Amino acid sequence: MTRQSRVGLCAVGLAGLAALLAWGIAGLEPFGHYPGPYGTILNAVEPQERHAANVVAAVVFDYRGVDTLGEELILFCAVMGLAFLLRENREENTRSVRDRASSDAVRAVGIVAVPVVVLLALDLIAHGYITPGGGFQGGVAASAGLLLVYLAGDWRAMRRAGPLRLVDVAEAGGAAGFVVVGFATLIAGGAFLENLLPLGTFGKLTSGGTIPVANWCVGLEVSAAFVLIFLEFLEEIMAERARDR
Amino acid sequence: MSYAPYAVAVWLLLAGLFGIVTSKNLIHLALCVTVAQSGTYVLLLAIGYREHGTAPIFSDVPRSRRAVDPVVQALTLTDIVVGVTVAALLLALAVKAHERTGTLDPAELRELRG
Repeated sequence: MTRQSRVGLCAVGLAGLAALLAWGIAGLEPFGHYPGPYGTILNAVEPQERHAANVVAAVVFDYRGVDTLGEELILFCAVMGLAFLLRENREENTRSVRDRASSDAVRAVGIVAVPVVVLLALDLIAHGYITPGGGFQGGVAASAGLLLVYLAGDWRAMRRAGPLRLVDVAEAGGAAGFVVVGFATLIAGGAFLENLLPLGTFGKLTSGGTIPVANWCVGLEVSAAFVLIFLEFLEEIMAERARDR
Repeated sequence: MSYAPYAVAVWLLLAGLFGIVTSKNLIHLALCVTVAQSGTYVLLLAIGYREHGTAPIFSDVPRSRRAVDPVVQALTLTDIVVGVTVAALLLALAVKAHERTGTLDPAELRELRG
């Protein structure tokens, strides 16, 4: 198929899709007029039912916990696929590659930023179900902390701070932890991922029952997954450098 | 104005799809996937918004405050993170395709090779 005919065919299809979507949107409530009812009900009952101040976190780790487990496994599979692809045929020894990517100014800022970012990430995860935050957001922030180690130091410093084997284990452990929470509630006589732990006081760190446990599992998994992505792509670059030498 | 966010969502989806179909570069194609995907985020968040609604986090606002829908926010926040890892997987595929064939143009990747 030539390029022109492909563009033409695509334009026809997209015009049809646009018409369908416009039709669908015409049936929606105008922006700002939320029709409910699920969000309204959850906002009203969650504080009594689960004692977590962050209703979004309660939805992610409890009410829609099974859905989040599925999402987390997509993340796990995507990162595993990436690791399998990039590790295939990689023979170069990158341990001896010297790589100082940054200027003195970047390095100085990086050294200051590493502890700040890591602390911020831990805070985001730890208070994720009380204030805005959670395992997903905090996990991404934590991985950024390790990427800053690369910017502030060099490739070898980053590999020392996040050894691949340890990151692999953390990734798998985080994913498995969520599943274990589910099966533990089954063994305890509840439904899969049912919230059986004591709910604690509203707005306190101990609130939410199983929400904090699932939250930390996701935080571990997401941070390890992102660190793994960074390490694998950087390893790819370093392997190329080793080849060129 | 009241339907503008939905129009933005549709525009992002269509622009992303158009980019995917007409792409000449696998890295560009992976980014087009994320553009199309972000249309769904705009749509979800727009549907859940209530006028003068605050975030559904009641740590420092009274529980009686009108808040937006937490369900669509939960869907969006998990998918943003998961979507990035899927984009990373697509980029890894692009790296491998370039390694094997020496090109990033999807039109030149016609045959399957063992």
